[in-house]
Amino acid sequence: MIDQLFILFVILPVLTAVILFAIGPRSVWQQRASLAVVALLWAFSLYGLVHVLQTGIVVLRMGDWPAPYGIILVADVLSMTMVALTMTIALAVTLFSLPTVDRARQEHFYYPLFFILLMGVNGAFLTGDIFNLFVFFEVLLIASYALMALGSDADQLRETNIYVVLNLIASAVFLLGLAATYRIMGTLNMADLAVKMQAQAENPLLTVLAMVFLFVFGTKAAIFPLYFWLPGPYFPPPAGISAFFGGILTKVGVYAIFRTFTLLFRHDPSFTHELLLALSAATMLFGVLGAISQMDVKRILSYHIISQIGYMILGIGLFTPQALAGALFYIVHHVIVKSALFLISGAVQETTGTTSLKALGGLATRSWFLSALFLVAALSLAGLPPLSGFFSKFIILQAGMHEGRYGYVAIGLLGSFLTLFSMLKIWNGVFWGADRAPTRPAGLRPLLPGVVLLVSLTIGIGLFPSVLYRVVDAAAGQLTDPRVYIEAVLGPQTPGSGILPAERTSQ
Amino acid sequence: MELLMIAVIGILFGCGTYLLLQAHLLQIIVGLALFSHGANLALMVSGGLKRGGPPLLTIGAPYADPLPQALILTAIVISFGVTAFALVLAFLTKQVCVSNDVDELAGG
Repeated sequence: MIDQLFILFVILPVLTAVILFAIGPRSVWQQRASLAVVALLWAFSLYGLVHVLQTGIVVLRMGDWPAPYGIILVADVLSMTMVALTMTIALAVTLFSLPTVDRARQEHFYYPLFFILLMGVNGAFLTGDIFNLFVFFEVLLIASYALMALGSDADQLRETNIYVVLNLIASAVFLLGLAATYRIMGTLNMADLAVKMQAQAENPLLTVLAMVFLFVFGTKAAIFPLYFWLPGPYFPPPAGISAFFGGILTKVGVYAIFRTFTLLFRHDPSFTHELLLALSAATMLFGVLGAISQMDVKRILSYHIISQIGYMILGIGLFTPQALAGALFYIVHHVIVKSALFLISGAVQETTGTTSLKALGGLATRSWFLSALFLVAALSLAGLPPLSGFFSKFIILQAGMHEGRYGYVAIGLLGSFLTLFSMLKIWNGVFWGADRAPTRPAGLRPLLPGVVLLVSLTIGIGLFPSVLYRVVDAAAGQLTDPRVYIEAVLGPQTPGSGILPAERTSQ
Repeated sequence: MELLMIAVIGILFGCGTYLLLQAHLLQIIVGLALFSHGANLALMVSGGLKRGGPPLLTIGAPYADPLPQALILTAIVISFGVTAFALVLAFLTKQVCVSNDVDELAGG
């Protein structure tokens, strides 16, 4: 019974969106209903995560059609972790949006669009069918186009055009990849694909498919060399939107890489995962170098997203249980801290009117509390103990040492050192020194609840890392042994059907 | 027949790429529309092309695979919606930024 309720993660946001469209954009219920539904889904997502940890993978078959024929939702630990994370950020962003979203944006359907975005994101995490992954991608993308353009100033429109064109190209290639997959494998259900791909491990076309999907998901996740679009579109929209985009949207691409490269494309790790490793190193390095050269808080933060996606891809490239667990730990940490930093930059923007380092300074004398929140989140991002960033980087880099990949570990360490450098640059430019920032009459206090929620989470993870580690370890366990996923979806497999828990041998 | 369709897909993608490299936003959007047409055709070919086989199980042996058709329908609806959005966005950009030329937009 409780399993059936997992559909709420997809249905409830879309219902809420429809109702919010219907009741009219001026209603006070826009805000109240949004907060109530997001809080409800947040609580349920935490419950769902615990449920999946205790009872194993939950599979929902729409209309009770047996897999692989029907449409299915699959909630394994990885999916539910991502959903819980999404709802946490959604809660913080909604708390931040209530006082900051202006009248005009609300009247142009800010809240309904946000719920459609949530539906797309949750659906993409939960679906067990690669074509539905495409559909949910499109749902979340079209909501994100609208949210990005909302407000229609010249900067926003220009960046939205770039974002739309780029994503449409990626979508067309995604469709081509799906067509090719269906032609070669005759199925689009991910568990069924995994069985068939394992049986045809020698087929050279598999690597071609892997590269097509890597291009698509890599574009969305902003990995090297496809990250060029990222810093722009995250800059002009309001901070709540930037926080959600920066925290969650690129991670949907990372999730898709995780799913496909642990479940489907494990036929030739010496090529595919080796390539991921090389890309991760370039992503870490170029992202952080881009961040150093920027002079605006939001732009620095956007470049850091790129660099940190490199760490996540590093984990999947190493492809050992510990590395996967570390990469997931890193995703959780990164999403929380990155969204917190974007919200803080939004609070700075609300109270001063700018996020440029050259125009700001001395905010520490105005609000020690906001400065303390920033400092905790920034040090966590750079990976200083005892915050969440330290443990996540430690686990991944330790896994790299075990595999003897010292070069990648060195690049990872260099990346975190440069991250610390650019975080201190923000600290010096925005919070330290004489108070010379412009003032706007906006109150700071109503902006803080969402930020406090996220920052206390990063401290909490830092103090009790074993709690989160148990979750990501369970998720990594399911990812390393795809039989668990396949049998949950398709039922018990006949022995000798060729599904091996292939672990990567160290080289 | 399938080879012909594959050639058509290639031509659509080729023209789309040419249009994507143009300066005007409208040309870029038409290029993207051609991309999605090409991708939809590819989905159609993915099920195998044959004549005279309706997608009904009850009529016996030569029936067509209904899945690609369902997939194309979904993909067409999505690309229709997104193309409409892109056109409105281009219109709005023209009004706000007074230009639809990509080079001028990038400079401003």
